Amino acid sequence: MAMTFHLDVVTAEQSLFSGTVEEVIAPGAMGDLGIMPRHSQLISKLRAGELQYKTEDGMASLFVSGGVLEVQPHVVTVLADTGMRAEDLDEAAAREAMKQAQDALQGKDPEDLDYEAIQSELEAAKAQIEMLHRIGKARGH
Amino acid sequence: MAGGKEILSQIKSISNTKKITKAMEMVAASKMRRAQDRMKASRPYADKMRQVIGHLAAGHLEYNHPYTQERETVKRVGYIIMSSDRGLCGGLNVNLFKQALRSIADWKKEGVEVDICVFGAKAAAAFRRYGIVAQKTHMGDAPKVADMIGTIKVMLDAYEEGRIDRLFLVENEFVNSMTQKPQVTQLIPVVASSVDSIKHHWDYLYEPESKEVIDALMQRYIESLIYQGAVENVACEMAARMVAMKSASDNAGTMIDDLKLIYNKARQAAITQEISEIVAGASAV
Repeated sequence: MAMTFHLDVVTAEQSLFSGTVEEVIAPGAMGDLGIMPRHSQLISKLRAGELQYKTEDGMASLFVSGGVLEVQPHVVTVLADTGMRAEDLDEAAAREAMKQAQDALQGKDPEDLDYEAIQSELEAAKAQIEMLHRIGKARGH
Repeated sequence: MAGGKEILSQIKSISNTKKITKAMEMVAASKMRRAQDRMKASRPYADKMRQVIGHLAAGHLEYNHPYTQERETVKRVGYIIMSSDRGLCGGLNVNLFKQALRSIADWKKEGVEVDICVFGAKAAAAFRRYGIVAQKTHMGDAPKVADMIGTIKVMLDAYEEGRIDRLFLVENEFVNSMTQKPQVTQLIPVVASSVDSIKHHWDYLYEPESKEVIDALMQRYIESLIYQGAVENVACEMAARMVAMKSASDNAGTMIDDLKLIYNKARQAAITQEISEIVAGASAV
C-alpha cells in the first residue's frame, strides 16, 4: 500500500475535507506545492486556485480562495479563507464576480477603492474559471 | 364585587403580554437553532487553527511574532467584551459584565490601567464610564468577520504599539440551551497549548518569508477566535432569551389563573348577594 498522510481542509464556514491521502498539490503563494508523505515541516500562504489531492479513489480537487497551509510530516492542514468543492463551482457566477470586480476597478473614484480586496476577488474569480476549464477538458467536454 | 371589570381588563392585558412572550420564545428557539448551526460550522476551523498555533509554539522558529512574546511588565491591559444588542434575555449580559468587572478590578488593584472594546449595545451602555476605546453594535444575528475587523484592529494595533500589554476576550460559552457560562480568556500573548513536549529543534520551511506567513496566520487566528466568540454569543443570547421568555409565559399563565379565580369568586359572591336580596325583598312583601 502506498504511504499516506492525513489531510484537513477547513474554511471559516465549513470543513471541506478530512481524510487520508497519498499526495496533495496546493496553490502556494510562490507557486504550486506538491506534498508527499513525510514532507518536512512547512508553512505557506496560499493563493486562489485549485487544491488537488490523491486518495485511494484517484484525484479529487477543491477550490480555495487563499489562506494558509501547514505541513507536518503526517498531517497537512489547509486553513482556507473560503473554498468550495469542484462540483459546486459555477462558471456563470465566477464570470459575474469577475465582471463586477473589473467594473469596480475602472469605474469608481480611485481614492475610496479597496484595491487589495478587489484584486483578490478578481484573482479568485479568474482562478475559478481556469479551474473549471481544466476540469472540463479532463472530463472530455 | 371587587371591580369585576377591572379584573377582566387586567386578565386581558396579561394574556396579551403572554402572547408576546410566547411568540418571542418561539422566535428565539428557531434563531438559536440557526446560531448553533453556525457555531458548529465554524468550529473545525477554530480547532485546526488552534492546533497549528500549538505547533508554532512548540517549534523553534526563526521569527517570533509579537503576539507570542510575553511582556515582563504589564502597565495596561485590553478587554474585548461581547454582549447582545437587545435585552430580555435573562441574566446573560449582567452575569457576563459582573465577570468582566471582577477581572478588571483585579488588574486595577495592581495599579494596571484598562482599555475596553465592546461588541453589542448592552456592553456599550454598561461600560460607558470605564473608557471604551472602540465599539461595534448592531451586527445582527449572523455576525461577519468583515464587520468586526476594524474594531478588533484598534486593539491589535494598541498591542503592537505597546499601549496595552495583554488582551483579553470576555464572552459567553454555550454549554447547552439551559446553561451559558461567562468566561475571560487571554487572547494575546497567545497562550500556547503545547501538546507535544519539545524533543528536538525544528523549524518550518517558509513560503514566502517567515514574517509574512506568520503575520497572516496570527491575524487569522485572532479573527477566528473573536468570530467564534461572536457567533457563540448569539447562540447564548437566543438560548437565554428562549428560557427567559418561557418562564415569563409560564408566570403570565399562573397569574391569569389566579386572577380568573378571584374574578369567579367575586362574580359568584355578587350573584349570591343578588339572590339573597331578591329573596329577602320577596319575603318582605
